[in-house]
Amino acid sequence: MNTNSPHYSPEFSRPESPTRRRVLGTSVALGASLLGGAVWTRPAYATTEEMTAAIRKFANGAAVMPGRVRLAISPIVDNGNTVPVEISVASPMTAADHVTHIALFNERNPQADVVNFYLNHRAGRAHVATRIRLATTQKLVAVARMNDGSFWSHTVEVIVAIAACLEGDEV
Amino acid sequence: MHKALQPIFRLLALSAIGAIWGFGGGIASLAWAQSPHSDTRRSGFELMGESLQAMQRDDTSNPGMLWVKQGETLWSTASSAPSCQTCHGPAAQSMKGVAARYPAFDALSNQAINLQQRINQCRVNHQQASPWRLESQELLSLESYVAIQSRGLPFSPSTDARMQAVVQRGSVRYQQRMGQLDLSCAQCHDQRWGLKLGGTVIPQSHPVGYPMYRLEWQGMGSLQRRLRNCMSGVRAQLFAYGSPELVELEAYLASVARGMPLESPAVRP
Amino acid sequence: MTRALITLPKSARKGDTFEIRAVVGHPMETGFRPGADGKTLPRNIIERFECHYNNELIFKADLFAAVSANPYIAFHTVATTSGSLRFTWTGDQNFVHTETVALEVT
Repeated sequence: MNTNSPHYSPEFSRPESPTRRRVLGTSVALGASLLGGAVWTRPAYATTEEMTAAIRKFANGAAVMPGRVRLAISPIVDNGNTVPVEISVASPMTAADHVTHIALFNERNPQADVVNFYLNHRAGRAHVATRIRLATTQKLVAVARMNDGSFWSHTVEVIVAIAACLEGDEV
Repeated sequence: MHKALQPIFRLLALSAIGAIWGFGGGIASLAWAQSPHSDTRRSGFELMGESLQAMQRDDTSNPGMLWVKQGETLWSTASSAPSCQTCHGPAAQSMKGVAARYPAFDALSNQAINLQQRINQCRVNHQQASPWRLESQELLSLESYVAIQSRGLPFSPSTDARMQAVVQRGSVRYQQRMGQLDLSCAQCHDQRWGLKLGGTVIPQSHPVGYPMYRLEWQGMGSLQRRLRNCMSGVRAQLFAYGSPELVELEAYLASVARGMPLESPAVRP
Repeated sequence: MTRALITLPKSARKGDTFEIRAVVGHPMETGFRPGADGKTLPRNIIERFECHYNNELIFKADLFAAVSANPYIAFHTVATTSGSLRFTWTGDQNFVHTETVALEVT
């Protein structure tokens, strides 16, 4: 893993609690046993390096520190086509102290970028939501830029159960 | 056929078809004898994760509402002929309960028709307009707008004697193996609901939320689209939209869902 | 036949922060998916969403292919003066769609 930043590590992922870690572990084991391990080999999509590079580009090389950002997403997803996400950042959102950007990055979709939001002090709250596509189980990183030039992030691992019936798309 | 005979017929049909990989398939179908204390019918809503349930419940973020909104516009749009509104007035009153009664027997064409076909009939007979293509965005929009007026109401398919034969044919087809994978609807949706097919839980087959926003489609679709998807999934040749075969299946499914509340527009994975 | 659904309060008190939700009908074709003939379907996505409050840009977003079809965006803003909010989506194939909603600030 190539990174010049002493603070940022894409491997850094904090399960919220030991229970969540256990649920994730059990789900992966269950999923692997149900599907015979077929789905859990990593497809040739984007890589962690590409995500790191995209984040570094967004931060213009500045250090990205974990904290202040909360990426809310279901840890286990029924269908990766439409996954609700909410990102909130602890900030008073005043003219002197506010969030200017919130960006979301993924690890394994064909493209690392997902969405960039531009905010200013008129937002009142640094809280945005959207719905995204996830190709497979992967990490997501939400990065926020403050008006003082600092960058903060939150990393979440999401398990995606892919719909099995490869149904035709004909309408 | 008398209601009491239905479970027995189904059991006979299953036995006649032959060996199935499941066990107690016939017994499982007897559970359809509905009593309030043993109603084992479940909407697919219950199998979804919390975030999808929330998406369906919230009209401000349910993607299906885009089609409802478009349907609302179409309802009162008139070109040179009367709009739906002109004859029917506000849909909230005139369309209440309508979607819950379809498919219905149409005397004019002497066949069972679904809601999309009924809307087209109105266009041709009363609006001097050409019928829209089945499953078009316009028809899905109007169908969604009409269906939402029955949201929360119980399925009340017609007990018209002419629908009996239609429902019966649908019932037979539901039990019939089809496609290269040689599977029947019943084998998954009656006998194996709740189990997983790949990463997805198999739902029961109650059409409570149509037209629905299916994530798989990233768009809106009718029950017939879903039935065609299933047929494609078992590698069977698809019945055409509006074909009697699909309407018969719709009629059968509606009869089994009698009393269950409509959820349209639903969201499903 | 682009449809959009905007949700925001009809009125808000000056200084209050309120939420805006916007959904727009659009396939958001990723450009990575093969079609029925095996050839990759060309990308067709919304790239930019903007919100102007009384003609002042208060919020914008860059969307990429990973945003789901019929994109949903929710954000917040502070009520300042009465007027209108204008929502604009732009994207591939010269796609442009605009919706305007009135807001009363008390």
